[in-house]
Amino acid sequence: MIAINELPPGLILIVGALFVPLLKGHLRNLFVILLPVLGFYYIYQLESNALVTLPFLKYELTILRVDKLSKAFGYIFTLSAFAAFIYGYYERRSTQFVAALMYVGSSLGVIFAGDLFTLYICWESMAVTSVYLILARKTEKSMAAGIRYLLVHIFGGLVLLAGIVMTVHQSGSIAFNSFATVNPGTVLILIGFLINAAAFPFSTWLPDSYPEATAMGGVILSAYTSKTAVYALIRGFPGWEILVFAGCLMAIYGIIYALLENDMRRILGYSIINQVGFMVCAVGIGSTLALNGAVAHAFTHIAYKALLWMSAGAVLYRVGKSKCTELGGLYQTMPWSLIFGAIGALSISSVPLTSGYTSKTIILLAAENEHLVWVWLILEIASAGVFLHAGIKFPYFVFFGKDSGLRPKETDKSMLIGMGILAFICIYLGCFPGILYDILPDTELVKSYMPHTFGDIYIGNFAHVVTQLQLLLFSGLVFFLFLPLLKRTDTISIDIDWIYRKGGGLFYRIVDRGLNGINDIADKILVAGLTATIAAFVRNAPAQILYAVLTPIWVISGVGEADRAIRKQKLFDAISQNTLPIGLAAAIGVLLLGGLFFL
Amino acid sequence: MFENEQKEKLKPEYFDRPETRKKLWVLLWGFCIFSVIAEIFVHRHGHFGAEGSNSIDGWLGFYAFLGFLSCLALILIAKFLGLFLKKRPDYYDDRHQ
Repeated sequence: MIAINELPPGLILIVGALFVPLLKGHLRNLFVILLPVLGFYYIYQLESNALVTLPFLKYELTILRVDKLSKAFGYIFTLSAFAAFIYGYYERRSTQFVAALMYVGSSLGVIFAGDLFTLYICWESMAVTSVYLILARKTEKSMAAGIRYLLVHIFGGLVLLAGIVMTVHQSGSIAFNSFATVNPGTVLILIGFLINAAAFPFSTWLPDSYPEATAMGGVILSAYTSKTAVYALIRGFPGWEILVFAGCLMAIYGIIYALLENDMRRILGYSIINQVGFMVCAVGIGSTLALNGAVAHAFTHIAYKALLWMSAGAVLYRVGKSKCTELGGLYQTMPWSLIFGAIGALSISSVPLTSGYTSKTIILLAAENEHLVWVWLILEIASAGVFLHAGIKFPYFVFFGKDSGLRPKETDKSMLIGMGILAFICIYLGCFPGILYDILPDTELVKSYMPHTFGDIYIGNFAHVVTQLQLLLFSGLVFFLFLPLLKRTDTISIDIDWIYRKGGGLFYRIVDRGLNGINDIADKILVAGLTATIAAFVRNAPAQILYAVLTPIWVISGVGEADRAIRKQKLFDAISQNTLPIGLAAAIGVLLLGGLFFL
Repeated sequence: MFENEQKEKLKPEYFDRPETRKKLWVLLWGFCIFSVIAEIFVHRHGHFGAEGSNSIDGWLGFYAFLGFLSCLALILIAKFLGLFLKKRPDYYDDRHQ
């Protein structure tokens, strides 16, 4: 029997979610906020290296595996849920709370799963529960986006399942540890993980669906699916070189599309891909420092990205618009949303004194230590680009820029409190990252490479502060110097999802034109052409043969040309109307039989 | 008196005033230049290429160039790709056609 303190922490949120519909009003919303706090405490008191197994068929499921890696993700998952539920206090319906709690609970299930079966069940459960956060917006667009989201994740889940089945069949073990060999099974698992990590070219589900979610839904969604995938990659595929390329590609792709985008939450969606690119790249580098950097960056990223989504969500909540072309000048009436959003924007850009500065630096240092010049250079370029699109573009076009004339009220207090908590985390971890480094899997190693006290980071290592500021300030300079080139246009950008959104129609048309075309041609040639020819031949053949036989006879017997034509007509009529004299018919019959005999 | 109030109301908000914008430009350029000058006074050594101050990322203003050039390149690439990729917002809404 499993004791109460051996249950997976995700169950606290999942079981708690079942009670949510029974409660009402403030009580319900406070209960929802309490659950992640309980989850956080429960994870905190779990002993590292604990393993809890459960017999299932002929296998032992490891429903709980605790180590520093899973605990680090557990902390930020519950912390971010706590802030998001405070932010979502305005919500009056239970649906979203239930879906969000189940979603967060399932993602904790993945983090603490020690075997592939448990991982898969929780993985699929995440997809199914999270879709309600998109559907809850209840617009035609969100419905369509939700269905697309679900389809992509069901596809991803099937790929993962196929990989798991093959791997288990091959190795005989369902344990989820790092995969050493490249074989079809592990490659399928890797693809399954990468689909959820929104790696190019499986990336478009994210910017397609998240921006259609509700204000709170977007905040919740931004944190879990892709970061659970990052966790799974750290656990399963450390040092797989392909991830270095995948990560670099994601980092650059995210920036380019974010620069093209007009919808503020889609900009943030693409910037998730950009940031996850840093983490995926770090997993690919695979050194202990790089893997710890990926964990640290996932931790800080969840906080500042949720903060950015909160700020954008507050604007959406107040004005109901999310296109940059329709926004602008909101700083006048929504100053707090701006300030908190700006703190998130500075953090994602790794500005000194913010959390991005103390986490992303680990990844860059790891690339440097492995002498990966190109990787390092691409990540530096991507760092500069982040400031361009998420650091400046988002706040500038939403809160400054051309005045839209909108004068909404500052957003709800609960939303501001939620934002305040995350903003505090962003700045605190930027100044005193020691507490973050302490929960990383290899604290001692990270601390030996990274300065971790305020004095060491900002005074002892002032040179790095200067170079980082140079990089960012000149990026900012480019933004404002070339502002006309970045002029907002009321457009969307086609991406890989074109293949299944337009491609579906195109496929239909190709099949329609192609197959129906073949059908038409076949109809013309076979039905109208060949069959008719055969029919005409069969109908006319006897007369033609007779005519061919009789013509020389008529010519010899001196029948005139005009007479011959009349006789021919009579012959044809007689045969088509079956009015041939019996004697003649019998003669033909004999002739035919004779012919057959010789043949 | 009344006229003054009217003028005050018509005056654009702080960040939209031309004089504020001018100040912000001066600040931006100032900080940029300052960040490069400050580099002269800090002890720094690059990592890639030759040892010490001859390494590529050890050059004075390397990060300033990197930031400026990479962002400019990214903007131009995005602008170029935008010619092909940008579509009207109702691009996908052709269900009824």
